[in-house]
Amino acid sequence: MTAEPNTAKLVIEGLCKRYGATTALEPSSLSVAAGEFLTLLGPSGSGKTTLLQLICGLVEASEGRVVIDGRDQSNTPVHQRDIGLVFQHYALFPHLTVAENIAFPLKMRGRPGAEIAQRVAAALEMVHLGHLSARFPRELSGGQQQRVALARCFVYQPSIILMDEPLGALDKKLREHMQIEIKRLHRESGATIVYVTHDQEEALAMSDRICLMNHARIEQLGTPREIYERPRTAFAADFIGISNIFRGRWDGNGAIETAHGRFALPSGARCQSSEAALVIRPENLHLGARDGNAVTGRVSEIVYAGSETRIIAALDDGSQLVLRLGPDDAVPAIDEAIIAGWPRDKAVLVA
Amino acid sequence: MSTISLGSAPARRSRLRFGALWLAVPGLLFLAVFFLYPVAQLLGLSIVDPESKAFSTGAYQRIAATDVYLRVLGITFRIAGWTALWSLLIGYPLAYWLARLPDMFRGRMLLFVMVPFWTSYLVKTFAWMIVLGRSGIINSLATGSGMVEQPLPLLHNEFGVMVGMVHAMVPLAVMTMLPVMTGIDRRLVQAAQTLGAAPARAFWLVYFKLSLPGVAAAGLLVFISSLGFFIVPAFLGGRQQTMLAQLIITQVQELLNWSFAGALSAMMLAAALLSCVIYDRLFGLSTIAGGSAQVATGRIRDLGLALLGAVATAAARLGALTRALLGKRVCALLLPGFCWLVIAFLVLPTLLVVPLAFTSSQFLEFPPPGYGLGWFQTYFGSPLWIQATIRSFAVAFVTAFAATAIGGFAALALANSRTRWAGLIFAFFLAPMIVPRIVIAVGLFYLFARLGLIATDLGLVIGHTVLAIPFTLVTIAAVLKTYDQRLDQAAATLGANRLRTLTGVTIPLVKGGLVAAFLFAFITSFDELTIAIFVSGGIKTTLPKQMWDDMILQLNPTLAAVSVVVFAVVTAMLLVAERFRSSS
Repeated sequence: MTAEPNTAKLVIEGLCKRYGATTALEPSSLSVAAGEFLTLLGPSGSGKTTLLQLICGLVEASEGRVVIDGRDQSNTPVHQRDIGLVFQHYALFPHLTVAENIAFPLKMRGRPGAEIAQRVAAALEMVHLGHLSARFPRELSGGQQQRVALARCFVYQPSIILMDEPLGALDKKLREHMQIEIKRLHRESGATIVYVTHDQEEALAMSDRICLMNHARIEQLGTPREIYERPRTAFAADFIGISNIFRGRWDGNGAIETAHGRFALPSGARCQSSEAALVIRPENLHLGARDGNAVTGRVSEIVYAGSETRIIAALDDGSQLVLRLGPDDAVPAIDEAIIAGWPRDKAVLVA
Repeated sequence: MSTISLGSAPARRSRLRFGALWLAVPGLLFLAVFFLYPVAQLLGLSIVDPESKAFSTGAYQRIAATDVYLRVLGITFRIAGWTALWSLLIGYPLAYWLARLPDMFRGRMLLFVMVPFWTSYLVKTFAWMIVLGRSGIINSLATGSGMVEQPLPLLHNEFGVMVGMVHAMVPLAVMTMLPVMTGIDRRLVQAAQTLGAAPARAFWLVYFKLSLPGVAAAGLLVFISSLGFFIVPAFLGGRQQTMLAQLIITQVQELLNWSFAGALSAMMLAAALLSCVIYDRLFGLSTIAGGSAQVATGRIRDLGLALLGAVATAAARLGALTRALLGKRVCALLLPGFCWLVIAFLVLPTLLVVPLAFTSSQFLEFPPPGYGLGWFQTYFGSPLWIQATIRSFAVAFVTAFAATAIGGFAALALANSRTRWAGLIFAFFLAPMIVPRIVIAVGLFYLFARLGLIATDLGLVIGHTVLAIPFTLVTIAAVLKTYDQRLDQAAATLGANRLRTLTGVTIPLVKGGLVAAFLFAFITSFDELTIAIFVSGGIKTTLPKQMWDDMILQLNPTLAAVSVVVFAVVTAMLLVAERFRSSS
């Protein structure tokens, strides 16, 4: 899962940040390969922004090292680290035009005027804003400002581009459009991108790998598919996608004892402790018992979401169960008693 | 939560924090030497026997021995208290009205408050002398029309002082209340109305309650400023209205009795500080700087709310009654009508000076029998006036530079650091605004006398800079407060070092605030009299000092001409400052 040392663009070793008694980031290690799109995903206060700030140097680490391109940059001031940061609210300079904003990093690096003009034009072209170069940021729409912020970052080709919830301020439609745009920029430029978001759909859609964070720690690191299909903890299962989670005791062998009964586990499932939980995704649940793994409940809500229909059922102990109906399944009525079952190898045992 | 600049992040970078705070050090040192030390020394002098240099409470015993001084103290408190009350009563509706205006329009209307605020007290007092005097405008109109037989006694009594004081202080009250009022979410009052409160009731229970910190801050500032007044009572009052500051001036200038002047200053300072402490107990001093008020708890709060409830109920009844009697349309005109009256009260007296400056008469008659430029020729032909004018400009210019630099760096330091000292440092920088000017002036006089800075331009610049620093700091801090710190961070991530970030991003963006601060400091110095009276030593006079001397001797139309020039310069500066400030 960790990239080879010789291709690692960014290596973080035991990086940690404490403010007095509170810990914003537990010692964490991470390696990002050149050209990789890594997403830091987690709820508010999970440490993802702290990690980002530590990487770019806006915050000084309490411990640990940041290595970029094989050089230790832990003590390098922000403006000398070769990183780019796209801010959540863009942080475009209001007194400079679009072109001047994009030229800013090149000027700071003392590039000759002709080169600046040419590279600014290219960057503007890349984000399709060539016709707006003389405008001021306040004269642009949110989406356009976002593109200027991206161009300002890509124009000087930093070794790593960090993005701090760059799409958070946009509406859903525009956000999905910009996701595709950022993926395109990533592909065309070959840049290494570390992206922060709390939106799990965005993370799944965009990332090569996701670094899931919780309680100031890295919870799980893996490709979107790995994290979705094989969550390692109940938190990971719950945060990404919709999950039905049955907590219980693992018998150390092939079964778990829960409040809803004893269920068979996929073969070879293991867990660190006997305190465990069983995760079943809604799409893996079916009406009717199979393999002996099933729970009973009563339909409390039917959600029609266009491409699918979801059934929300109240189980006997009052907890909720979400089940996705297949295209051919008959839709049960509200209050109807149902049995929901799953194939044993579609369930995941988590800590 | 995932914003890069978390306001709550307690410590961003220890080195940056330390580095930023260093920027405040020059200002701290300057104020320590030329403000804290002289004031402390003056207080020290009050407990030292002038001859033996030993500890002595003689000065205080003398104050307590005769009732003259206690009476003056009483008069001072009475006048300051009434001034505060009237300024609030008159200023509140005006501030409320201004706060409700659309932003664009409010900026323009605010000039009607800003111009009187910055107009020199001397000019304003001179105007009232012309308006209220025995043969003044009101009396000549009243006797001329046969409304009264004898001229009304409007001057040299309590009435004259109160008019002058309230006129001088309403702008300060309005400008202190306004930020609090514009910060109140107007939807709260609407919400109260949708929940069933009559408009008057909703106003008192919601809006008035929320505006109280501003009201209290305004009352405090007006009261403290009034304590140190001497121009208005000296010219508009009689013997019965002698205030403490006048006594201090007499003690220093005529009797050279330092320990006694120190004791009187100590009393004035104690009164000012005591008011601050009481205010801090009730509301928290941070509200003056725009912070949020602390919430009172327990019985006082219950009592206050009950009182407010009663007022609200009464007001709702009264409101309904008025509407029934006068009709809706007339009622809607009451507030704007009142406010325009207040504006007329603030602006007209000064404007009445203008025709008098162009009079062809030898006297300050109104209306002038004819017009001419004779008095301007007298002004511009007099080496004394011209030298004073040139000195005033030069001193104001240097003062503005010094105060903007010191205040600017201090504001930058405070904006970039998150230490718990920030509040204390901010308060210290504002202290020259709270400590009565007369106390600072006398303290500086004593210090400068030993440093050989009396009757020097440098002495004037230093003294004026002390007074101007609070204005520059507040102006620049306000701009930096709305300044998005992430822009600095963005510049840093894009490769700009600290200096290039400052010159390429921060300063261009706060330029308007800097220019405004510069001009405010300029006006502060240009209008300043108290320091000038002591430090100019009678030789190096400034324009206000020269006016003061002339006004004591005899009123003449040259003063009107000078007033018009001062008024024009200050108004022009103010308009430019406002333009720059609103553009940033």
